Amino acid sequence: MVAEIDQSACIEMRQISKSFPGVKALDSVDFKLYPGEVHALLGENGAGKSTLIKILTGALERSTGDIWVDHNKCDFRTTGDAQSAGISTVYQEVNLIPAMSVTKNLTLEKISGRFGYVSWRKARTMAREKLKRLNVDIDIEQPVGSYSVAIQQLVAIARALDDDTKVLVLDEPTASLDAQETANLFAIINDLKSKGIAVVFITHFLDQVYAISDRITVLRNGKKVGTDLATNISRKDLIAMMIGRELGDVEAAFSTKGTGATGETVLQANQLGKKRTLDGFDLELKAGEAVGLAGLLGSGRTEMCKLIFGAIKADTGNLVVFGNSTNRTNPRNSLDLGIAFCPEDRKSEGLVGELSIRENIIISMQSKQGWLKPISRKEQERIADEMIASLGIATPDADKPVGQLSGGNQQKVVLARALASSPKILLLDEPTRGIDVGAHAEILTLIRKLCEQGLALLVASSELDEVVASSDRVVVLRDRAKIGELQAGSITRDNIIQMIAGTDNV
Amino acid sequence: MSKKYLPLAATIAVFLAIFLIGGANYNNFLTTRVLGNILADNSFIIIAAIGATFVILSGGIDLSIGSMIGFVGVCMAVLDSMGWNPVATALVMLVFGILFGALQGYIIDFCNIQPFIVTLAGLFLLRGMCFMVTLDSVPIRHDWVADYASWKIGLPGKGVLRSSAIVMLVSLVVAIYIAHFTRFGSAVYAIGGDRESARLMGVNVRRTTVKIYALGGFYSALAGVVYALYTSSGYPLAGSTLELSAIAAVVLGGTLLTGGVGMVAGTLFGGMILGLISTLIIFNGSLNSAWILISSGVLLFAFIVMHRFLVSSFDLKGAK
Repeated sequence: MVAEIDQSACIEMRQISKSFPGVKALDSVDFKLYPGEVHALLGENGAGKSTLIKILTGALERSTGDIWVDHNKCDFRTTGDAQSAGISTVYQEVNLIPAMSVTKNLTLEKISGRFGYVSWRKARTMAREKLKRLNVDIDIEQPVGSYSVAIQQLVAIARALDDDTKVLVLDEPTASLDAQETANLFAIINDLKSKGIAVVFITHFLDQVYAISDRITVLRNGKKVGTDLATNISRKDLIAMMIGRELGDVEAAFSTKGTGATGETVLQANQLGKKRTLDGFDLELKAGEAVGLAGLLGSGRTEMCKLIFGAIKADTGNLVVFGNSTNRTNPRNSLDLGIAFCPEDRKSEGLVGELSIRENIIISMQSKQGWLKPISRKEQERIADEMIASLGIATPDADKPVGQLSGGNQQKVVLARALASSPKILLLDEPTRGIDVGAHAEILTLIRKLCEQGLALLVASSELDEVVASSDRVVVLRDRAKIGELQAGSITRDNIIQMIAGTDNV
Repeated sequence: MSKKYLPLAATIAVFLAIFLIGGANYNNFLTTRVLGNILADNSFIIIAAIGATFVILSGGIDLSIGSMIGFVGVCMAVLDSMGWNPVATALVMLVFGILFGALQGYIIDFCNIQPFIVTLAGLFLLRGMCFMVTLDSVPIRHDWVADYASWKIGLPGKGVLRSSAIVMLVSLVVAIYIAHFTRFGSAVYAIGGDRESARLMGVNVRRTTVKIYALGGFYSALAGVVYALYTSSGYPLAGSTLELSAIAAVVLGGTLLTGGVGMVAGTLFGGMILGLISTLIIFNGSLNSAWILISSGVLLFAFIVMHRFLVSSFDLKGAK
């Protein structure tokens, strides 16, 4: 028996699931939206925010579940269906055509006379009206691409708002706006709210969540963690909801701390940083220790790894590796210095799915050695078999394409490749993302094992408990800056959350 | 002047420059008679190029143009020898062009295959069908063809607009209307500018893609009709590699091969530049006709490079 539809909700989504090959992006998520509210949708990368929104707006089809709009069951097949039901969206990647004029962008598919005739006089009038609603005054004949991102954002919102718009979805609208532009946007959102329009607001800036939203829903790993009034959720609770996954027994059992007996300093960053990417930070890594990087999405975790590796070029500070100041021009130099990096996104940055395990492991060794000195097939097989054995990669042989392995095993191949070049310093960005619980524990065990072998590790993770469990020290990041460090003994969930939330907020 | 007219202005400037160079070097070059001849001699290329403009604006390509011209030509000729009225044949062939183009468009979108390979298949298929219809050059003898050939509109000076030029100019006006004053036209630019954004903005990408290639097929078939009437014959090898000239005319006319930027009017001047170059070299008399292709090639290079800079000058702060 299905429960009653909530009569006051303008949107009700129930038991929404979405599967992609090999991944469950959304798992039985419920979501309700009331007229005149700003509803923040929060979660880390891959939590399922964008998937949920795309299902609501007809850009993706759900696998299971039901959607009601104004108490009518709806089945959106295209974005057009959702738009005619009054749901308008501004996607994260500003969806406009840069080379077309503002007028055309505002009126595309929205204006048409007999035989598809478009009167540009009418179109211009319509465009001006739409912009006037948001108090934007620009030359509407210029191409949209010639304006700043902030203006483009407003044009996209103006386009999304029709007379009959009931719901406006804003996916990361403030990601590339400065403070003043954000304030303008919020004024506009409040104005829309007073007109009874429901706004779904996706962001990773917590200050903005509290500044504008009435209610908050948090997603994690495709599941809903909870929904509540913004005034009922403290900042600490909110952070805990987003990243504070409880470790399972299996994983907890594996997470034995290192002895604390660490070796000499192998890497030292002095005010290393890049404008608009990450403020200059100091960091010391010692042989045989694992340092955790904690912080929310967008706090600069990945950026710190990439700065150290040289994948992002620093414009301030310097890096000392094994006592020598480095002067790198590209990431290859880092490999030569003994620094290896396992990127966050295995598929797009880490592995070549069609190539075999052996080829993926050898690829960076080979490029380090130069293509003129090929590694013999025999040597390749020896290295690959050794890695498969020591990391416990579950595969019948080394020639299986990496794309056919499970997420956890793929991650091990990434590790194997980094380790094949025998690094002294290993940077791991989200080593456990998207892998199942068992593999999770194995990766954590591997991290400890590598420490014991004398490697220095820097492990960035959005899983707080994972950081707590696997680190000898924790570096905490917030808003693209390092805000502190926790030493062994004081590393607890609460301390980290407290630090991220800032002491002035409870 | 808005920056979007810069490439068009550049094309017109190059056209005028070449025309003036010709006028400075040869007597009787700078006349409406030469202009009228260029329009008539190149009308079928320009008509085909107008259709190709829509395809290229949407980010696609159509390689079946030349074969379509050949196929339409042999059908016109063979049906003429069977006693059909040329007007009726022409209408049948135009409908065929629309259907064939629509089919290509549907395959491209439905199966998500590159337009290059789908229309390459179309190229082979239609050319093969030409040889199935006839292996010989077949004349078109119907009286109406002579009537058609005699239509003309006088230009100031001694020049005339002949029937093929008239058909070409009319189809150009229609194309400009479609591109710039219809919902479909805006959708073409949107798909070429950013296909995924266009989809999210509510453009029906499939229906539009089918229409784009149908329109391309219509214009190729029309080019075939004009060519057949202009030469009063059908020949199974006619129109070979003409698709490449059409693409060159579109690019010279200021349309970006990546889609989304360009104007239909530019294609007229792009085609005329190609015609002007060959006229110039014919006027010279002593130059090998190889120079027609060589100078077209050099000009094409120069244009692509120039575009790179023109386009990046108003490009596009939001693009990542």
